[in-house]
Amino acid sequence: MPDKERKDLQLERLRDTVRKAYKNVPYYKKRFDELKLKPSDIKSLKDISKLPFTTKTDLREGYPFGMFAVPGKDIVEIHTSSGTTGKPVVAGYTRGDIDTWGEVVARCLTMAGTTSRDIIQNGYGYGLFTGGLGVHYGAQKIGAAVVPISAGNTKRQLDIMQDFGTTIITCTPSYALYLAEALEESGVDRNAIKLKAGCFGAEVWTEKMREEIEERFHIMALNIYGVTVIIGPGVAHECDLKNGLHIFDDHFYPEIISPETLEPLPDGERGELVFTTLTRQGMPMLRFRTRDITALRREPCKCGRTVVRMDRITGRSDDMLKIRGVLIFPSQIEKALLEVKGVEPQYQIIVTRPHHLDELEVQVEISKKMFSDEVRHIEEFRKKIEAHIEKSIGLRVKVTLVEPKSLPRSEGKAKRVIDKRQL
Amino acid sequence: MKLKQISVFLENRKGRLWEALDALANAKINVRTLSIADTSEFGILRLIVPDPDRAKKVLEKGNFTVKENNVIAVEVADHPGGLAAVLKVLSDADINVEYLYAFVEKSGEKAVVVLRTENTDAGIKALKTAGVAILSAEQVYAL
Repeated sequence: MPDKERKDLQLERLRDTVRKAYKNVPYYKKRFDELKLKPSDIKSLKDISKLPFTTKTDLREGYPFGMFAVPGKDIVEIHTSSGTTGKPVVAGYTRGDIDTWGEVVARCLTMAGTTSRDIIQNGYGYGLFTGGLGVHYGAQKIGAAVVPISAGNTKRQLDIMQDFGTTIITCTPSYALYLAEALEESGVDRNAIKLKAGCFGAEVWTEKMREEIEERFHIMALNIYGVTVIIGPGVAHECDLKNGLHIFDDHFYPEIISPETLEPLPDGERGELVFTTLTRQGMPMLRFRTRDITALRREPCKCGRTVVRMDRITGRSDDMLKIRGVLIFPSQIEKALLEVKGVEPQYQIIVTRPHHLDELEVQVEISKKMFSDEVRHIEEFRKKIEAHIEKSIGLRVKVTLVEPKSLPRSEGKAKRVIDKRQL
Repeated sequence: MKLKQISVFLENRKGRLWEALDALANAKINVRTLSIADTSEFGILRLIVPDPDRAKKVLEKGNFTVKENNVIAVEVADHPGGLAAVLKVLSDADINVEYLYAFVEKSGEKAVVVLRTENTDAGIKALKTAGVAILSAEQVYAL
């Protein structure tokens, strides 16, 4: 779509969304009135920065249905976030929203090469979590056969993968690695597996993890991105060039802001990702702060798609660790760790404050390559990891080697950081 | 002349050494001799067993990180200066000893020393030239 045409479409949809949010969601009406803002003040896409932000806290205050913009009879499905940090956040969908959801996820799956002839093993959790059903609707839109296996039960996952001849897998990247490990241990012949691609997301991961998954499974591993209250999975996805995630900006309008000043940042600069929905009926969202850290890129992708792209998520503004005054993301430590040859991507970060000073310990599972019968060699390896992390993040860390498979494996989101500081 | 040694990574956790030896016991693998190198955070258990390949498999099945490497077993007279004489040979040949451990054979007349030199072949050559009795794997297992 030509740039001008897309901007016109976005503006038209934005104005419609703003009007409906003001008219039908008391929360937004109140915020607009406080700011002395009228929906008619939104005359251009730039005016979006006049709109108030929406945070998870705002949504919790409206729990459960305070953000719905349509009567209850028009809502056909309700999901929630996991609620690990408080009351869950609720997302309500109209029939039209479900249709949009299927459409955007279908675009994602198509980018991974899915057609109606494929068999999708959907390892995202079915239930309140949007991952399972979101992928399900997308698969149905394409007409691919979806196996709603959900997360967990590794043995059954591997059996079905072989017996059904699964071609596409969708799950969290850490679970994909866990499955790959289990597959290797089971001694199953790689040729008995027909997998060709996977859409992995719902947690922060790295290029190194992508390489691992691709090498171990012999598949193309692509990054899928979603936000529960925006729609669920299907907000953005990588094409096979793996050159950033294409945001479906005809439905979700992205901005990057500074998490400290809340001012919009120019393209290419890293900051917090903010979304405004352009077509949601059940629950329009104005400038929802995702807490995810990334940057936007507008140069066209070689694949021919003209939508804006975002970089791989490198952290969350609320995951940021402040260690001895320095802001760091767990993903930075992971990246540094995996740059040391022979290190497996199984680690845990433990933050303590023993004598009023933050200490960072990184527990790493020892790999065969690291192990030696000589203490000296193991110590050298350990110090090499410490030195490399310090060089990368500018903070001294203590690396401890632990036995393989001793760190908790997740079947959902990996718990990488344990903050034991009592502040 | 080389003797296979099994090394096992042990996290400093209660019961981990027992678990390793229990795994071997269940597989009916008898330990000829062993030593433990310990640091403040982890240990390395080094074992001489009659069937190192099987022992390695058993331990790996129990999720231990295991490595096989070569060491040298020499017979040393069980009297003052016995080991010193062997070490002098290596020192004169400019060969570094990484670690060693010893046990006394059942008859009690001779001691057996398990040696790990930086370069195993060079170590064997120097010891042989000096006339030190190097034990074969079979001899060690038969002790």
